[in-house]
Amino acid sequence: MVVVIVICSLLLAAVVVALVTAPLRASPPAGEGPGGRAAAGQGPAVERRRAELEAAREAKYREIRDAELDYRTGKLSPADYGAIDDQLRGEALTILDDLESLGDEAAGDAPREA
Amino acid sequence: MAGLGYACLLFALAVCVYGILASLYGVRRNRPEYCASGRRSVYALALILAVAMGVLEIAFLSNNFAFNTVADTSSRTTPTLYRAAAVWSSQEGSLLLWALLLSLWSSLALFLTRRRMRDVAAYATAILLGFGGFFVALMIFYANPFQTTRPAPAEGVGLDPLLRFPTMMIHPPMLYSGYTLCTIPLAFGMGALISRRVDADWLKVIRRFAFAAWLFLGMGILLGARWSYSELGWGGYWGWDAVENASLMPWLTGTAFLHSLMIQEKRGMLKVWNVSLVLATGTLAIMGTFLVRSGVLNSIHAFGGATLGVPFVCLIAVLIAGSIYLVVSRREMLRSENRLDSLLSRESMFIANNMVLVGLCFVIFWGTYFPLISEAVTGQESSVGPPWFDRYTVPLALILVLLSGIGPVISWRRASLANARRNFLVPLLCAAATLTGLLAAGVAHKTFALAMFCCAAFVFGSVGQEFLRGVRARGAMAGEAPPRALLALVRRNRRRYGGYIVHLGIAVLFVGVAASSSFQHAAELQLSPGQSTRVGAYTVRYVKPTASITPKYDRAHTGSTMSLGAILDVTRNGRHVATLSPSEGFYASGNPAEGSVSSLIGGQAVSHISMDGGITRDVWTAIAPNIETPTLKRIVSAGNATLPPDESAIALVYLARAYLHDPPPAQFHFLVSPLVLWIWLGGLIVFGGGLIAVWPAPSTVRRRVAARSRARALRGLARA
Amino acid sequence: MNPARKRTVRLVVALSAAVVLASALIYTSFSAASPALTPSQLLHEAQPGRSYILTGTVAAGSVHRLGPVLDFAIRDRAGSEAVPVAYTGTVPDPFREGREVVITVEKHGTSYIGERNSLITKCPSKYKTAPAGENQNA
Repeated sequence: MVVVIVICSLLLAAVVVALVTAPLRASPPAGEGPGGRAAAGQGPAVERRRAELEAAREAKYREIRDAELDYRTGKLSPADYGAIDDQLRGEALTILDDLESLGDEAAGDAPREA
Repeated sequence: MAGLGYACLLFALAVCVYGILASLYGVRRNRPEYCASGRRSVYALALILAVAMGVLEIAFLSNNFAFNTVADTSSRTTPTLYRAAAVWSSQEGSLLLWALLLSLWSSLALFLTRRRMRDVAAYATAILLGFGGFFVALMIFYANPFQTTRPAPAEGVGLDPLLRFPTMMIHPPMLYSGYTLCTIPLAFGMGALISRRVDADWLKVIRRFAFAAWLFLGMGILLGARWSYSELGWGGYWGWDAVENASLMPWLTGTAFLHSLMIQEKRGMLKVWNVSLVLATGTLAIMGTFLVRSGVLNSIHAFGGATLGVPFVCLIAVLIAGSIYLVVSRREMLRSENRLDSLLSRESMFIANNMVLVGLCFVIFWGTYFPLISEAVTGQESSVGPPWFDRYTVPLALILVLLSGIGPVISWRRASLANARRNFLVPLLCAAATLTGLLAAGVAHKTFALAMFCCAAFVFGSVGQEFLRGVRARGAMAGEAPPRALLALVRRNRRRYGGYIVHLGIAVLFVGVAASSSFQHAAELQLSPGQSTRVGAYTVRYVKPTASITPKYDRAHTGSTMSLGAILDVTRNGRHVATLSPSEGFYASGNPAEGSVSSLIGGQAVSHISMDGGITRDVWTAIAPNIETPTLKRIVSAGNATLPPDESAIALVYLARAYLHDPPPAQFHFLVSPLVLWIWLGGLIVFGGGLIAVWPAPSTVRRRVAARSRARALRGLARA
Repeated sequence: MNPARKRTVRLVVALSAAVVLASALIYTSFSAASPALTPSQLLHEAQPGRSYILTGTVAAGSVHRLGPVLDFAIRDRAGSEAVPVAYTGTVPDPFREGREVVITVEKHGTSYIGERNSLITKCPSKYKTAPAGENQNA
């Protein structure tokens, strides 16, 4: 009985250690590692900014649709809706522009002139 | 076996320490492979704790009484289902369950975020492993589930019969899931503050976790209330008991957060408020866990274990100090990007809703911890009772329900007064109609219930109006028939209409609460067979006594040795309403010194209530049969004197027969509570609506919507 | 009034309202609270007409029921002074001699009346090893 328990414990330990150290033992992909990122073209800062902008874009689209639904269910007057819709579309465009210039930056081109 | 379990705990602690170090190293030195290793430590922790739980479960199921926890909470006669669940009925086992659920939910959360928010996730990993390590350390040093006694006792104490109900067995895992899920937004919130990344992406991720916590915690609370009402002998579902309150507080702040994060999403405002809510929710969850285990406050659940109090207080102090430090040091980054446009806007309604929810939380917090506060301030420990809680929570609840009706009808950013007036007409008419109807029915004296019914009517009116208008708008836009339009409307605007359904559910729930609190008929009856009495408009008649002694008739399968009860017939105005059959189950005490027969029935007695539930009212009763009559006492003492322990069960036959033949008057607790079903129904609607609100649209739909929105946005470019 | 001033005014109003409400809450909690006493403290300090929260153990042999009223005595966990209580209302399932209870009482003359439905019996050590003789099932 004791032998079975010891074997089980060792097996569990082996599995856990293998699982946890797998990323450390994996050979780093080409271009990975400190300093090698620029070559891959997508630095962590750019990746973060992209994720942030994409989330902001989704939220802005949702706002535009919400405003339209508010208008159609009678909570916004046509004048108010027009003003808010324009404002939101402008904000959406800013985000889209930022995303595009981010994409250009990552690809190595200079940011496009607006 | 116990050795394996204990070894798992030690191993788990080692993995936690490694994972914390690896994650922190990986994020500080930009070594993503170490962050990945740290994340995998969480998976490994889940695996190790699952094995430990498996060891404990096997011990329970195989009646291995060498394990102290098995001997203390289980026995050979405890039914299998309850034996399996008895694992978490002890302090040690419940800590293991907590740690296991924490590691499972954390694994899921980290797996889902493995490709994004790298630094935030790395810090979150370290914090979650910190919690895991804390609970594992508690088990290793203070409350070891794998402690054994040799030689092993031959039989265990058995699971407390009060816990032998299915609801009671699901309640801890559900509640612990809720509590542990609250720590995940906390970890991601602290991680975001540490790495200075409180942004839209973080919001998107944390929303899912906060919702999961809200859902499970809410269901756990509702299950607890349901258990209290339908299984315990007092007929109530909420007593403002310390541990009930402790679980409600993080739920309230979680609800507030789910609303206010929408404002941060849309307007970039309330950032400090939102992170504070997230941190508060997690801290309150830890405080709730602490309350149940430390015996610090008098409560039905105040179990012993004063030794656990000190470590928890340290953890809570660290959490509070850490949270305050993080928020203050990052306040520059948390500045609002915008300001509130107008007081008449959905944003300000959300802010008002937050105020009310946090206000409710503060009231409950103050009342719950008052014994400690008063002792610190005046030297004398005092406590406040349910009337004090009701005095403050009832008005706040009224305002909350009212706001949930106003919110849907006001637009974002800036609503015009003219529009508002038009939109409020129908809801106000609903409320007014309800008011006149109820006043005509003579309900004027119950002011709070009346107010709540009118507020609920207002909510029904406003939500109904929203659905109607939405369907009409969709019909106009897409030419769909109403049923299809309704489906499409909800599917394409899940957050909005899911939210409306949640508000509807809350209104239904509060109608149930108001009705069952204000219009309940309660009575203590003493009846002999054949006797009947009046309770309000109802007539209750004791038809005949019941008794059961064999396992075949132990309907609840709880292992009782003998069960005595009665059949009651309830009529109203001559019409039959319900037949109730309450009983009291007697259990063996396991103490042979009491006598061979006395020990068979001298243990914990449990009331099995009988209830006829309906959409308009519940008729509920509990019985306390008298087993101390001279006849029955004579049988017991004769049995004690003449029967050896292994033959004493025959005395039960005589007892049961004597009870049936010449039943003494019995005490009944009798309740007629209106609209209790609405509470459970309301809860289901709330959770259903929540699921709709958070359910992600299929990716094809999302892409189509994104493309269309992009095209619309670009149209603006052409126009300008 | 310019928007910034309006916002400041709103903030001040909101904060003042919150402070006033919180103060009312805190004040009433101290006056509405019932002190928690042990039986020996209660016997010496109780004043008629005030309600107290009494915590202690149900004394052995003291439980009698007369119709709807349950009479029993509560004594200190480690002591001999016992308080006789007359209680009407729901009796929790775990209630029995030797169990720890919490009840709200008011002094009437020389006797103590338990507030209706205020009796709480602490669940017998769910998180503690049951002492010998306190077994629930065999």
